[in-house]
Amino acid sequence: MLKVENLHASVDGKPILKGLTLEVPAGEVHAIMGPNGAGKSTLSYVLTGREGYEVTEGSATLDGEDLLALSPDARAARGMFLSFQYPLEIPGVPALTFVRTAMNAQRKARGEPEVPAPEFLKRARETAAALKMDFDMLRRGLNVGFSGGEKKRMEIFQMAMLEPRFLILDETDSGLDIDALRIVSEGVNALRSPERSMLVITHYQRLLDYIRPDKVHVLAAGRIVATGGPELALELERSGYDRYGEAA
Amino acid sequence: MSAITKASAWMTGAPLPNRRDESFRWTDIGRVLKALPPPSPPAYAPGWPGPFEGLADREARFVNGIETGPELLVLGDERVAARFISDAVSTAHFSRLKVQVQPGAYAVLLESYEGRGEGYFANVVLEIEVCAGAHLERIVVLDEPDTAVSVSTAEVHLHERAQFSQFVAASGAKLQRHETHLIHPGHGASARLDGVYVVGGARHADITTVLTHTGVGGETSELVKGVAADTARAVFQGKIVVAHGADKTDARMRHDALLLSDRAEVDAKPELEIYADDVACAHGNTVGALDEEALFYAAQRGVPPAEARALLTKAFLAEVADRIEDAGPREAARVWVERRLEALTS
Repeated sequence: MLKVENLHASVDGKPILKGLTLEVPAGEVHAIMGPNGAGKSTLSYVLTGREGYEVTEGSATLDGEDLLALSPDARAARGMFLSFQYPLEIPGVPALTFVRTAMNAQRKARGEPEVPAPEFLKRARETAAALKMDFDMLRRGLNVGFSGGEKKRMEIFQMAMLEPRFLILDETDSGLDIDALRIVSEGVNALRSPERSMLVITHYQRLLDYIRPDKVHVLAAGRIVATGGPELALELERSGYDRYGEAA
Repeated sequence: MSAITKASAWMTGAPLPNRRDESFRWTDIGRVLKALPPPSPPAYAPGWPGPFEGLADREARFVNGIETGPELLVLGDERVAARFISDAVSTAHFSRLKVQVQPGAYAVLLESYEGRGEGYFANVVLEIEVCAGAHLERIVVLDEPDTAVSVSTAEVHLHERAQFSQFVAASGAKLQRHETHLIHPGHGASARLDGVYVVGGARHADITTVLTHTGVGGETSELVKGVAADTARAVFQGKIVVAHGADKTDARMRHDALLLSDRAEVDAKPELEIYADDVACAHGNTVGALDEEALFYAAQRGVPPAEARALLTKAFLAEVADRIEDAGPREAARVWVERRLEALTS
């Protein structure tokens, strides 16, 4: 599924990723943990093509296709999805309109027909119900006036609707209380499937109690410095990141 | 001398305003028109239906300044269209209309500026009186060729407990100025002065409002939003005067602009002059570009950049037309603004 090799990337000329190598096979959930400043968010932005993140060396492919050559929307159409740490508020664009626009744009890019409005609404209703979301929230401006938990739930709603193949969850647990964390995690777990992979980026072990990873990687100073099973996360929780050195 | 008296005098030899007149600093008509062009000849009434097709109970038409309909419109509970139509080449015409809303009535004035031809100068003057307890929604659409010069000046008088709600949609011209003077008596009267401009090419749109609170406890809300693309220029001047004795006035003014190109220009001048006590006045003004973060968010979900920009721009403007109370004209105004936007971003 996702293969990252010797990836180097800079922001404003400052190297952040310094030879990152990572492979996430289809169906697996991998966690990336690391201290602040290690390059966790940079990795998620480089993989999704945000402007200002310059790749200077290395490669990133999704099922063999070069991701780095594609625009962000083209990557989305091929199944990349980044759940934002701080999802944006977009006044004036109802969530339903936003998701339908995104869905049809992705379909168009893949050469598929648009989703008929009744079918879209039916799916939206079912998905909202499964996530215990008030359907009326979807008619209001996207994320406008939503709590942190509601915004994250809206991200999960979008994931469930857009059905990406590769999910990146960037600090999805930040700002969530235990109840919200549980609901969001259940939503994510419901999306686990043999055809879908996930990269869960987190500073704390807590989230991984709810979303159990197949593998845990430690990112420090722009590189993966350790890889192990879920027990590695527990160990980090006990001993901290000190032994992996200071962040760059 | 009132603004409408001044504007009327341009047609009888008074000099056209230029940048030395403070209020026309950014809309220099004298520079574009060295002298008043010769009078426009009569023209046929248009075959097109106008932007408010099918919405009005009756209609007053001014074609090249020549009216077909009463010079004084007395409005009851009804929707009336006032269509100022220009079909002229390099000539000038003048229209004058008085509107009176009867006490207690709820009326909607659908005002359109529909231009054909080129290089004309259209000058329109309106006097609007909203009697006690009446409510007038004034909805204005300015749709003119990019070679025209057009000025519309209105003086609006409110009586006590009257309500005045204005929405102006401008797409610019060579120079296009929409000016409203509102005399607000307080005493239960309230006013809304909204506007949207969508300008591209080398067009110029100017929305100017001067609001004078003269009595106790008046309420006003003003929201103007616009987008400027290419080398277009937009001007917003909003002045609120709270006269001595107009205590407990509550006046709020906002202007937000989006620049869609780095060669577009928006000039804004919000002004507050307060001579009364215990007033709540606020104004806010922003000019900026689309939020890069929002564009990336949309792109990351699969929306291509051009489509994302169009979606966000539409959303940025939508809240203004949403404030129109009368549903039919609200939809017509929304569609008109969206079409202009599509023409701009496509």
